[in-house]
Amino acid sequence: MKHLIEIRDLLVKRGQRPALQLDYLTIDKGEVLAIVGPNGAGKSTLLLTLARLLRPEHGEILFNGQQTRSESDTDYRRRIALVMQDPLLFDTSVFDNLASGLHFRGAAKDEIYQRVPFWLERLGVAHLSKRRAGQLSGGEAQRVSLARALVLEPQLLLLDEPFSALDPPTRAGLLDDLGVLLSETETTTVFVTHDLPEAAQVAERMAVISGNRLRQVGKPEDLFASPIDQEVAQFLNHKTFVNIRTII
Amino acid sequence: MIFDAEVFQITILSLQISALATGLSLFIGLPFGTLLALGKFPGRSFLMSMVNTGMGLPPVVVGLFVAMMLWRSGPLGDLRLIYTPTAIIIAQVIISFPVVTGLTAAALQALDPRLRLQLYGLGASRGQMVWSLWREARLPLLAALMAGFGSVISEVGASMMVGGNIRYQTRVLTTAIVLETGKGHFDTAIALGLLLLTITFLVNWALTWIQQRGARR
Repeated sequence: MKHLIEIRDLLVKRGQRPALQLDYLTIDKGEVLAIVGPNGAGKSTLLLTLARLLRPEHGEILFNGQQTRSESDTDYRRRIALVMQDPLLFDTSVFDNLASGLHFRGAAKDEIYQRVPFWLERLGVAHLSKRRAGQLSGGEAQRVSLARALVLEPQLLLLDEPFSALDPPTRAGLLDDLGVLLSETETTTVFVTHDLPEAAQVAERMAVISGNRLRQVGKPEDLFASPIDQEVAQFLNHKTFVNIRTII
Repeated sequence: MIFDAEVFQITILSLQISALATGLSLFIGLPFGTLLALGKFPGRSFLMSMVNTGMGLPPVVVGLFVAMMLWRSGPLGDLRLIYTPTAIIIAQVIISFPVVTGLTAAALQALDPRLRLQLYGLGASRGQMVWSLWREARLPLLAALMAGFGSVISEVGASMMVGGNIRYQTRVLTTAIVLETGKGHFDTAIALGLLLLTITFLVNWALTWIQQRGARR
């Protein structure tokens, strides 16, 4: 089975308005898929739906080729991990923040004491282990937030613009580290961002969502080289887009 | 009345009744306040208004209501609870439960609403999510506990009406102060008043210490 996620005929509403319509999208195992698009396009809606924090009107999401509808929300969510735009750390130590998700899963103490220091080290925040979350800088807090998700070794990692609130040097450092980590661990990742260079740097494929619909999916270089229509071209800042159909 | 076995018995009874009433208020108010803060259901804002109104319930009105219910000829008269410590506890729970509920709801609503999504996104079950939110709001929740205890330990009207201020049975510090003042024994009333203030201070000092220790960590 090549696909970890297969989404079919999805419609998500927020209030009475459609927030996302998606006919078909797959996410391969070990792949990093960036979801890009303008504000309000439906990027975060897709992420929250994948995290089962929003319920679709209709459609199905297959996980490893299996239907997930009959699975409880908690069981489903314990296969994923979510990192949001703000770190939203808990008011406790850095170590306990990382341990929280493992506690939720009923992990044994030995496992917690093995995995937490490992991931603190991998994210370069081992020296902050005993520090209170409220005493961290923005960059440190986001590193801890990423470590808190990665320590769970999720089958699917969901990142919702995790670097948007950081200053450029901090962001660049974190992005480099994340790219290396994701490729080493082969963690299947959906990475929502509105920053195209960021998406192109980390992701193997990019999906452009605009007007609450999926417009185009492909490798970043293919998308930049041949955007499917004027709207995608405009979003990708593609100044030389020529609509062939118009000429013909 | 001097500081003797009777004063000791009154003090212990006051503490027992108020501690039990506060504990019961917490037992009901914490989940109910959580439901009001996190739940989405019809009538939620009406219930919220009721709770907020309940936070200012006059104790004598509560006393009147409970007395009518527990009166021998009242609907719950067969339980024979009027003029018992249980009757005082019932009245005090009605007084302090809205306080605990309202402050619990306010404490949870003050948290970042995305925290719930983040907890679910890390695999928390509903129960684990609620427990984690309580942990995050532990400082204002302790304040809710203090306010609940404060509202009952200092209450006199309802205790007098449903307890009857019966010596060795339902006499608590506040009703004893009223009695001694009525008899013109101001020195005894002042001594009992100071005792009540000291107890209230000690309990709140202990809770504040726990609260501030949590804030500093």
